[in-house]
Amino acid sequence: MKQYEYVAKQALAAVGIPIPAGRVVRTADDAAAAVREIGPAALKAQVLVGGRGKAGGIRFAQSPEEARAVAAAMLGMDLKGYRVQTLYAEAKLAIDQELYVSVTTDRNRKVPLIMASTAGGVEIEEVADESIVRRHVDPRVGVLPYAGRELAADLGLEGTLAREFADLVVKLYQLYQSHDAELVEINPLTVVGGHLVAADARLNIDDSALFRHREVEPIDEGSVLEQKVHAIGLAYVELDGDIAIMANGAGMAMATVDAIQHFGGRPANFLDAGGGASVGPTAQALDVLVSMKPKVIFINIFGGITRCDDVARAILQVKRTTGIPVPLVVRLVGTNEREGVALLEAEAISAYSEMAPAAERAVQLAGEGR
Amino acid sequence: MAILLTRETKIIVQGATGNQGAFHTRQMLAYGAQVTAGVSPGKGGQTVHNVPVFDTVRDAVAQTGASASIVFVPAPFAKDAALEAMENGIRLLVMIPEHIPVQDTVEIVTRAEDLGVSVIGPNTFGIISPGEGTKMGIMPNHIYAPGPVGVVARSGTLSYEIAFSLTNAGLGQTTVVGMGGDPVVGQTFISVLKHFQEDPATQAVVMVGEIGGSAEEEAAEYIKAAFAKPVVAYLAGRAAPPGKRMGHAGAIIERGRGTLESKEQALTQAGARVVTMPWEVAEAVGTMLS
Repeated sequence: MKQYEYVAKQALAAVGIPIPAGRVVRTADDAAAAVREIGPAALKAQVLVGGRGKAGGIRFAQSPEEARAVAAAMLGMDLKGYRVQTLYAEAKLAIDQELYVSVTTDRNRKVPLIMASTAGGVEIEEVADESIVRRHVDPRVGVLPYAGRELAADLGLEGTLAREFADLVVKLYQLYQSHDAELVEINPLTVVGGHLVAADARLNIDDSALFRHREVEPIDEGSVLEQKVHAIGLAYVELDGDIAIMANGAGMAMATVDAIQHFGGRPANFLDAGGGASVGPTAQALDVLVSMKPKVIFINIFGGITRCDDVARAILQVKRTTGIPVPLVVRLVGTNEREGVALLEAEAISAYSEMAPAAERAVQLAGEGR
Repeated sequence: MAILLTRETKIIVQGATGNQGAFHTRQMLAYGAQVTAGVSPGKGGQTVHNVPVFDTVRDAVAQTGASASIVFVPAPFAKDAALEAMENGIRLLVMIPEHIPVQDTVEIVTRAEDLGVSVIGPNTFGIISPGEGTKMGIMPNHIYAPGPVGVVARSGTLSYEIAFSLTNAGLGQTTVVGMGGDPVVGQTFISVLKHFQEDPATQAVVMVGEIGGSAEEEAAEYIKAAFAKPVVAYLAGRAAPPGKRMGHAGAIIERGRGTLESKEQALTQAGARVVTMPWEVAEAVGTMLS
C-alpha cells in the first residue's frame, strides 16, 4: 500500500533521518499559517502518482498571502485523475547535489536490496546501470554501520557527507523493517549546506503486513468500481473493454482476460472470484458485473475447491434479482460439474465445458472479433 | 518416480484442526498420502480423520518420524509455524496461506537455506506426485494421472486447467509443483527444473508462469545453459495493464519490469516452446514427446 509523501517523511523523521521543515495543509488558511512559520515553501499535492511536478502538483509560495492563493487553487484540483485533498508545505531548499537511496526486497535473491546513486532526482529506471550501486542484505546480519560506510565509499562520498550517508542507510533499513516496507526510497536525497536532507520520499507498505500496522490508514487507490469489489474481498482490476469477465483463481482470471483478447474481444475487467468461491461473494461480484452494463458477461470456472453447483446457484440468484439483461456465456467444469450444469439448464442457461469455444462465443456475442 | 515428494514421505499437517486443515487432511488421505500427524497448539490428544493431533511439531516428529509438513495456519502465525517445523527436522515444507508478510517469507526462506529445507510457496496449491499416489496440497484429486510430464506453475486454478488437459490428452504427470503467487517464494522455476532434470521419469516439463518478477527469465537462462528436456511454457497476463496487481501479490508489472514480452522472449530464445493460450499446452507437449 503506497503511503502519501508526508507519511513517508514523518516515518523518516521518526528514525532520525533529516527532512525539510514541513506542515500538512488541508485548507488555504493552513497554507498561509505554514508559510508564516517555515518561510518560503513548496506546496506539494499529496497524491499517489508520479510526475506531480510536471502536472502542476508542486507550486511555490514566497509569502503567506501567496500560499493562501496557491493552496486555494490546488485544493480540489484534479491531478492525473486524483482529487487533491491534502497539500504538504515544505521549506524551500538551496540544493547543491541530488542523490538517490532506497531499500526494497529482491524477489529473485529473496533478500533486501539497497540501491544508491549520485544521479538522484530522476526516476531510478532512467539512471544508467553503471551509476547505481547495489548491495544485497543478509537478513541474518541486517545493516550495520560498516555497510553504510562501504556504500558511501562506493558512491565516492567523503568527509561529513560520507558519515551522514552511512548513518542514514542504517536508519533507512530500520524503517524498511519496522514498517514492513516493500519499498522505501529517498529521491532526491539532497545535499544542502554540506548536509544530507531527504527532499522527497516514497514508502510502500506490504499489504499482507497491515495486520501488524494498525496505525496505517488504508488507502484504496482503485476506481469506484474496483473499491466496491475489493470491499467484497475479491481481486478486481478495471480494463477498458466491454466484455465483463469472472473466473476463479488469479492465474485463471488472467488467462481468461487473455483469451477474450486472443479472439479479438475487449475485456472490461479482471475479476478473481477466489480459489474457493462460495455463493455469497460470487453473487455479489456478478451483481457488480451486471451493473457495469457490459455487452456480454463471460464466466469461466474450473472447479477445484470451488464447487460448480455453488457457482450455478450464484448465477441463478443474480438472474432472479436482476434478470441479467445481457448475454451470458458460462463455462463450468470440475467439482460438482453435473449438479451445476443441471441447475443452469433447468433455467435454460447452457454451459460450455471447454474454455476456448466459450471465450470465442462471448466475443462473437459482443459483436467483436475477427 | 517423482521429485521432492514420494509415497514414502511422512507428512504432518500444521493447523489440522481448522476447517481448511481438516478438509484437506481428508482429501490428502483419500489420495493416498501418508498423513501421520496433525499439529494444533492446545489441541493435542484430539484426532482429525483418525490422524493423531499433537501440541507441537517436536512431539509430532518424535512420535511419527515425519519429515514433511503442510502449513494451514492463518498468515499472521505462518512464520512461527514454519520456523517451528524447520527447527524440528522438517525438510519439505509446503506453505498454503496467502497474505504472509513478505519480510516473514524472507526470514523463512533464509532459514530454509541454512538448514537445507525445500519450501514450496507461500500462497501455493502445493505439490502432487500422481505416480506415487501422494500429495501435499489443496488441488482436486481427480484431475491428475501418472505419466512423464513435470509441471511447475505459479497459479493454482490455471495449473488445474492445464494439468487436466494433459491428463485428458493421455499425458500424465510425474510431479506438479505450485510455486506460489507471492513475490518471494521458496522453490522457483529454476530450482524445480533442476529437480526435474535429475528425475529420469520426467521426459518433458510444462511451465505455467505469469507477469511480474523475473523468475521466468532466470529459468530461461538455466534452460539455455543446462536443461536437457523439452519445455513448454504458457504465461498468463498478456492483457494486464502495468502497475496493477492481477490477484496475486506477485503478479504486477512494476516500473517496466515483469512484462510478458520479456519472459516469452527469454524462454523462446532458450529453446522452450512458448504457447499463447492454455489449451495449446497439451498438444505442444504431445508433439515434443512423440
